[in-house]
Amino acid sequence: MSRQSNRATDSKKMNSELFTLTYGALVTQLCKDYENDEEVNKQLDKMGYNIGVRLIEDFLARSSVGRCHDFRETADVIAKVAFKMYLGITPSVTNWSPAGDEFSLILESNPLVDFVELPDNHNNLVYSSLLCGVLRGALEMVQMAVDVRFAQDTLRGDNVTEIRMKFIKRIEENMPAGDE
Amino acid sequence: MADEALFQFLHSEIIQYINSAETGESENGRCVSKLENMGFRVGQGLIERFTKDTPRFKDELDVMKFICKDFWTSVFKKQIDNLRTNHQGIYVLQDNKFRLLTQLSAGKQYLEHAPKFLAFTCGLVRGALSNLGVKSIVTAEVSVMPACKFQVMIQKI
Repeated sequence: MSRQSNRATDSKKMNSELFTLTYGALVTQLCKDYENDEEVNKQLDKMGYNIGVRLIEDFLARSSVGRCHDFRETADVIAKVAFKMYLGITPSVTNWSPAGDEFSLILESNPLVDFVELPDNHNNLVYSSLLCGVLRGALEMVQMAVDVRFAQDTLRGDNVTEIRMKFIKRIEENMPAGDE
Repeated sequence: MADEALFQFLHSEIIQYINSAETGESENGRCVSKLENMGFRVGQGLIERFTKDTPRFKDELDVMKFICKDFWTSVFKKQIDNLRTNHQGIYVLQDNKFRLLTQLSAGKQYLEHAPKFLAFTCGLVRGALSNLGVKSIVTAEVSVMPACKFQVMIQKI
């Protein structure tokens, strides 16, 4: 069939589009199910967390990254290895707090919002909340409690997407988390 | 890029969510139809972008072959293993190792949960076909995991 000429490239693009579109369908469904945007954000974050706690295993297996010695190294691994591997982008790590416990990931483009426009009545929706949950869940599995939130979002008219991450503490004992 | 794993995780989270949101007697049916609807939308969007540079399809069978080969390979990393038709609008697509079922135990234990894991894909196929101008009903059945059969019934207009 003549149709198969550039399938390799198509297939790769298609897979990330499958993820993007599926995520879009999920957010749409959540917006139908919940009355307000905060609830939607919370649910997305929770689902992200569930994905994160499983994804970390997949990540460690694929990447063969070793133990990180400090939070700066962790930040680098997240930006240069993890984001690259799963979303195909490399955010930049900036805005370190003086104490070195807080930084920003700047995403020039965000694959999750590729085909998205927010309607006017969803001012409080943080569309990509899932990412926060994923990061929080994944790091919790490697004994790091972090706080993750969106500081800027291109969907709300900012120039870039900024994810702010704050180190809270080292989790000493590996307790089973409140997984459903 | 490993976004394929990401999709699988997301897919199972969605099932988990939809399933927990639905309670009551008709729970299973509603859960399946919600998932099917989500798949439908995704299928529509996906096929539109995927076929924008391909030549027009010859006929219905040509469309089905495209779904079994190109579409399936892109989404599930393998082709459909067997395509059968009665030439009267019914097609049976058999996948001997369906990607979204491989995470489940292969025994009989979770057989009753299988429909939930197939509903999204049924919608995906129906959505894709619908945007190629073929109206259909898609159902799935599993007898031995992780093999499954998708039955496509073309609706003549």
